[in-house]
Amino acid sequence: MVFPSATTATPVVRSRVARRSDEIWSIKRFVTPAVVLLVLVALFVALSSMTLDSIESRTLNTDYIIARVREHLGLTVVASALVAVLAIPTGIVLSRTRSRVLKAIVLGIANVGQATPAVGVIILLAILWQTGYLTALVGLVIYSFLPVLRNTMIGLQQVDENVRESAFGMGMTQNQVLLRIELPLAVPVILAGLRTSLVFCVGVATIATFINAGGLGDMIVNGLKLQRYPVLVTGAVLVACIALLIDWVAATAEDVLRPRGT
Amino acid sequence: MPKQLNTALLQIAGKTSGALIELDSVTKQYPNQPVAAVKNFSMTVQPGELIMFVGPSGCGKTTTMKMINRIIEPTSGSISIDGRDVLSLDPSELRRHIGYVIQQIGLFPHMTIAENIGVVPKLLNWSKEKTSDRVHELLTTVGLEPGDFAHRYPKQLSGGQQQRVGVARALAADPPVMLMDEPFGATDPITREKLQAEFLRLQASIGKTIIFVTHDFDEAVRLGDRIAVLSNRSQIEQFDTPANILASPANEYVSSFIGLGTAIKRLVLIPVTTAQLGPASAAVARGTTVRTTDSLRDALDSLVLTGLPALAVVDELNKAVGSISVDQISAVLGAEVPILTPTAEA
Repeated sequence: MVFPSATTATPVVRSRVARRSDEIWSIKRFVTPAVVLLVLVALFVALSSMTLDSIESRTLNTDYIIARVREHLGLTVVASALVAVLAIPTGIVLSRTRSRVLKAIVLGIANVGQATPAVGVIILLAILWQTGYLTALVGLVIYSFLPVLRNTMIGLQQVDENVRESAFGMGMTQNQVLLRIELPLAVPVILAGLRTSLVFCVGVATIATFINAGGLGDMIVNGLKLQRYPVLVTGAVLVACIALLIDWVAATAEDVLRPRGT
Repeated sequence: MPKQLNTALLQIAGKTSGALIELDSVTKQYPNQPVAAVKNFSMTVQPGELIMFVGPSGCGKTTTMKMINRIIEPTSGSISIDGRDVLSLDPSELRRHIGYVIQQIGLFPHMTIAENIGVVPKLLNWSKEKTSDRVHELLTTVGLEPGDFAHRYPKQLSGGQQQRVGVARALAADPPVMLMDEPFGATDPITREKLQAEFLRLQASIGKTIIFVTHDFDEAVRLGDRIAVLSNRSQIEQFDTPANILASPANEYVSSFIGLGTAIKRLVLIPVTTAQLGPASAAVARGTTVRTTDSLRDALDSLVLTGLPALAVVDELNKAVGSISVDQISAVLGAEVPILTPTAEA
């Protein structure tokens, strides 16, 4: 009962899979961190050559900067983690439900969250509720909820109907199809949404300063108000570098976590 | 799951070499549609039989097939496998014991070939060793070298190879029943013919009960033990062996579906040895010969190709046992159904 015929036309595919780690860690991969490093060194050199007045040296010192970066990253990472924990399950539930009304309502709310200017959301929350870290966090979550929600839904939706049908046809239950087939295949799309959210958060977290929640926004706003441009530029450059680095980490995670074979 | 249902499933699962399938007045009526997709479909399929559902697109043949593993739930009627009512069983559990192959194959792109084939064994909680042994056995069965293919991903295979994996995957848990929805429809003609030949040999050794849906009548003739020619709403126009359908189509619809060239199509089914062979000396001693295992269509093909009046027929040992000519081929058709010519031309 052996059919020797079939292997004759076997294409010799030197698999993508075998070369995966080479592709993920190619030279191109290290361009972003290298550029960021260069920019930071240039900034440091420029600042060291300047004589700072008392206002400037109060902010342009290691302790102050590290504290602001820590606040900024804390807000960003915690907000994104909350978005992941909340938006992915919501996306799964919405993609399971047949109720168009429910879908429209949730997507509508998420849309409003993103369409409203972030400053507006955060300041409105501060007026209605309180100022500080927690309010900034909630504002960020509201603002960056939509990309993850939408990408989760799209990611599940774009799974080939034939793949889904054969999974059911082989006797998988609804949950097994979700966990073993749909979610793994949706991972790249969901991660892309999360990446967008993270970068959103880095930018929007600069607004936290307005409601007394710290972050690098402090430096930017102080620099502007007191007309100390070295402070302003340092804050802005640091935010940009963080955004680039976070985007880089997320892109790398996307490639590493992409299911093999796709 | 209640105990008696479990035993029912085990009983079905145990019939690895084919189970009896009975469909009784099965109807599928979609809501908001004026006519039923499938109406009062009744059929009995014997264990180990390969039944072809043939009909035009949209006639309900696929819907009918998909009701057997409850991918589509029937509106009314009853379906049983080995005497057990399918509709009372848990659908997921049931499907693990029914092989399922679709045209688009639907391999899981993020799983290796071995993992794809091991899906149903995993659902049935087989041990790792048992699953891996079975995967190797099946890959060999469908002509794919396990060492070479087991750890590849579906994307790295050609269409024909993917379809072989699709068949292997459906056979993984040795199900008594296989449902196949135009499994070879998306492959090129050469690959298709090869897959069909392999599939026939495979079925000869495993003897599953198979429902095979196709719109290609020639494929139905080539593969089927019996063919059900279906028209709208899955009405059975004729249900018989390929030879009988070709020889005497039940009505206009069936003959129009068979199309032209019934005589040539019938020749596929008749072995050379059925003909009254002429003396071996009648054949010109040249290279081209016909084997005793060939069909009359192969013989005719060679005759037309060479333009010779007769060809030698040789056995497995290459020994000439006689000769065959166009007259002798015609005589076979004439003897089988004397009235063939007028009805076929009408």
